[in-house]
Amino acid sequence: MKVEQGLLYMESHEWARLEGDEAVVGISDFAQEELNDVVYVELPEVGDVLAHGEVFGTVESVKAASDVYLPLSGEIIAVNTDLEDSPQLVNESPYGNGWFVRIRVANPSEAKDLLSADGYAKFLAEEAEKGGH
Amino acid sequence: MPYVPHSDADRAAMMKAVGIQKMDDLFQDVPAHLRYPKMDLPEPLSEMELMAELTAMSERNADLKHFMCFLGAGAYCHYIPSVVDQIVSRSEFYTAYTPYQAEISQGTLQGIFEYQSMICALTGMDVANASHYDGATAVAEAVVMAHNVSRKKRRKVVVSPFLHPEYRATTRTYTQGLELTIVGDESVRNDLPALLSMVDEDTMCLIVQTPNFLGELEDLRGVADRVHSKGALLVVVADPISLGLFQPPGEHGADIVVGEGQPLGNAINFGGPSLGFFATRENLVHKMAGRLVGQTVDAEGRRGFVLTLSAREQHIRREKATSNICSNEALNALTAAVYMAALGKCGLRRVAELCYHKSHYAAHRIGRIPGFQVMTQKSFFKEFVVKCPVPVSDLNDGLLEWGIIGGYDLGRDYPEFTNHMLVCATETCTREEIEYFAEALQEVAG
Amino acid sequence: MTEPLIFEIGGPGRCAASLPDPDVPLAELPRDYLRDGLPLPEVGELDLVRHYVRLSQLNHAVDTGFYPLGSCTMKYNPKMNEAAARLPGFAHTHPYQDACTVQGNLRLIYELQEFLKDITGFAAVSLQPAAGAHGEFAGVLMIRAYHQARGDNKRTVMLIPDSAHGTNPASTAMCGYTVTEIRSDSRGNVDLEDLKAHCNDDVAGIMLTNPNTLGLFDEHVLEVCEAVHGCGGLVYGDGANLNAIIGIVKPLELGFDVMHFNLHKTFSTPHGGGGPGSGPVGASAALADFLPGPIAGMSEDSDCESGACCDDEGPCYSLHLPPKSVGRLKAFYGNFGVLVRAYAYIRNLGSKGLRKAAEHAVLNANYLRVKLQDVYPLPYRRVCMHEFVLSGKLPDAPAVHTLDIAKRLMDFGYHPPTIYFPLIVPEALMIEPTETESKETLDAFAQAMIQIAEEARANPDLLHSAPHITPLRRLDDVKAAREPRLRWRP
Repeated sequence: MKVEQGLLYMESHEWARLEGDEAVVGISDFAQEELNDVVYVELPEVGDVLAHGEVFGTVESVKAASDVYLPLSGEIIAVNTDLEDSPQLVNESPYGNGWFVRIRVANPSEAKDLLSADGYAKFLAEEAEKGGH
Repeated sequence: MPYVPHSDADRAAMMKAVGIQKMDDLFQDVPAHLRYPKMDLPEPLSEMELMAELTAMSERNADLKHFMCFLGAGAYCHYIPSVVDQIVSRSEFYTAYTPYQAEISQGTLQGIFEYQSMICALTGMDVANASHYDGATAVAEAVVMAHNVSRKKRRKVVVSPFLHPEYRATTRTYTQGLELTIVGDESVRNDLPALLSMVDEDTMCLIVQTPNFLGELEDLRGVADRVHSKGALLVVVADPISLGLFQPPGEHGADIVVGEGQPLGNAINFGGPSLGFFATRENLVHKMAGRLVGQTVDAEGRRGFVLTLSAREQHIRREKATSNICSNEALNALTAAVYMAALGKCGLRRVAELCYHKSHYAAHRIGRIPGFQVMTQKSFFKEFVVKCPVPVSDLNDGLLEWGIIGGYDLGRDYPEFTNHMLVCATETCTREEIEYFAEALQEVAG
Repeated sequence: MTEPLIFEIGGPGRCAASLPDPDVPLAELPRDYLRDGLPLPEVGELDLVRHYVRLSQLNHAVDTGFYPLGSCTMKYNPKMNEAAARLPGFAHTHPYQDACTVQGNLRLIYELQEFLKDITGFAAVSLQPAAGAHGEFAGVLMIRAYHQARGDNKRTVMLIPDSAHGTNPASTAMCGYTVTEIRSDSRGNVDLEDLKAHCNDDVAGIMLTNPNTLGLFDEHVLEVCEAVHGCGGLVYGDGANLNAIIGIVKPLELGFDVMHFNLHKTFSTPHGGGGPGSGPVGASAALADFLPGPIAGMSEDSDCESGACCDDEGPCYSLHLPPKSVGRLKAFYGNFGVLVRAYAYIRNLGSKGLRKAAEHAVLNANYLRVKLQDVYPLPYRRVCMHEFVLSGKLPDAPAVHTLDIAKRLMDFGYHPPTIYFPLIVPEALMIEPTETESKETLDAFAQAMIQIAEEARANPDLLHSAPHITPLRRLDDVKAAREPRLRWRP
């Protein structure tokens, strides 16, 4: 179970990769493992403007559905249309081809409220010890 | 007898195993002062006595095997081939549960998959669900779906005044907690052009019924384009028998097609159980409520069927589900499938043609009665409107003496149509019966 | 073994129905409206019959074997009820016929309303909802209408225990309310402290299932109802588990204000492969006026509106909408054909029979519980009601999941219990035998479960690859969802 370096994370298992004034967003390896086989991803529309922490989509497996929360406020400038025909990309490559959306970051200072890769890894370890998730 | 097979010995052995002395010991968590309340139900009857009593009760009704039926208005007398009830009376079908365990439910699953396919064929749409409770709730669910498709941003529904009155009422009940506005049915003068002019950027959908409640065919040409140009959805409510003859709404660009499936092989049963069919476009399937059967393969590569896209439904989405529907009308859907398969491509068209010709003949005959005027101008199917010289309820009372259940009193729902009767004639009405009806109307009107 | 699709059978021109020729002059068809082709099956009657008979043989049903699905109450469906529902006087009546011509139907509806009132203690009942979830929706709408009528628009929260069925929060959301989840305590009851902490004047009510989805009668049910009433909320009852308490206690007397019942569970009407059901809703005196409708009423003198046709033997039955009704929930009056079956069942059993059914449903469940509680983990070691929940997490078989146990049970000829519900028990297995099963069936089922537990330790692959002897092996539902094929295409 991989925690990719260089990304910022939320405790709800979303990640953001900053690229200048844009960011790419997806879900972590831990999340895709928990969900099991992803069958469908519901994404927002290009042009939608959402706030940090707002629900921007849903990930469905056969037996579960999870909301996904936006790590940083911004405008959606691209969505991963490959996920329509190949939702399994989320399982196969959660940090790569299984990305969800690209946003134009509205408020870069919000990044400091997110977890670093190490911080997220530590969070996962603590949760595992508690025995819960 | 409660179908409880336990002998005294069984009971004793089981109580011993559980570790109790008496049955009451099982209910210690029930507050003592409330335990074993008195019930005042009638004394139990044996099957023989009960069937006699129920038969007598049922014979207090004027039923449609013994009375001629010219009443429609959303529930229809069509001929049900004997093979239909024989098949759905097989207890492997009716005593089974929802097919969650697919390996031992392929009968139900394949039966419903075939039903879904046939509804798509009939309506011209891409995908159909496994049923809603009835046509009325299917319309209500269509509105909720349209609301969700608009991502809850649009608040207005435009609806034809000639969508069945009870469907409109049900839709209002369903949406009372959602702060939506439903307009269009305030006036009987709101025809399609008027309704289209009400469709704007805040409209989630336009709902049109065809044949409408008055039996008239609505011209859907160009309607979908106008509705789509405002970013709204077109919901069409259709009579399934009429679709044996007429262009399916899917061909006219409808986004959602719903209706009452009772005419497809289901007895009228005093209005229920019924069958709400619901079909939509492929790209909207994730917003559609209701169960869905999909095709897949088993561990040995053989074709099989499962309930699928379940993450839309209440047992997974819970408060985020678009609908709370769980139990549906599965057996009625299977019944409809058997009926559609029995009649098939040729037969359903013939039934529809018979309905068309019989109802037109009835209109012709009634139109010739002095004092009666057929008001329907547009093309119609199965039903038409007659202006009567006396109140409809008086006519219907008199018609009973002639062994006839007369048409629907439109004045109940439309003040403009006082003394107007909605007359229905299906393939089950013979020429003799139609003429007898016309004769009776003339006599009773005096 | 697969059966071809109906579209793959038959051939052009075949038809299984025989129709007469038109006996009236042909009217001109409206050319502009006519469709071009109708892609329905074309089969003769023999092919049609063989297809459906073979399909039926692929199903497990109550009539073929034990079906211990928790919360579904898969009891025997009496055949007499089927005969009753098919009486032409019931089956072939039109809902818009004049009331005087359907007094038999209206009497049945009225009396069934009265029976359900008597059984549950409620002041009034509507038989209109077509399913449990439909009745739930009505109940939440009624609670909302009640508060609004008092001028209280602040209450928008519904409290829902974490063990609740998914329809509860879904129904809540349909009414524009939000959900606050309440924890269950270590004995499986509603956690009273958590409940009281959330009781305030934002709360419209609570949706409570009792016995709950763990099969347990809440040991503090009176206090739960009091706490919610205390902060001005109402108590909605999910009556799915009524089979455990008929004749044992009346829900109204426990403090419930409104409740739905499932005729297709408690009252023996068949499940039909997923429906039709019927979900009547009962209301206390304070909520009676808000019931959905129309509902049936009776007047002693035979003075119906159009008096001419009523016979002189009163009473007279008619339909009316309750004065502050939340509205109609569907067209017409409810799933009448289902009502006939439930009516026949109640008239056949009577008060004693219904109580006997409840007692034996609970005895059967406890009997299975004691046979299995040391074989599988039983999270709540208490006397259960009509069902109980085990966990499929066998301590020395970590690779085996509840799903595998369920699939292996099919090889023994059983329908699996309910799995993965309620959510608060990981790897849940909810077992509800019902009262119509014999001791020998229960013994055989327990034996199968014990054997499977042994197999889980000794030969887990046998479970992972199960089922082996069913018409089809384990089906790929990931493929079904990723590549949806929801209809036949030519």
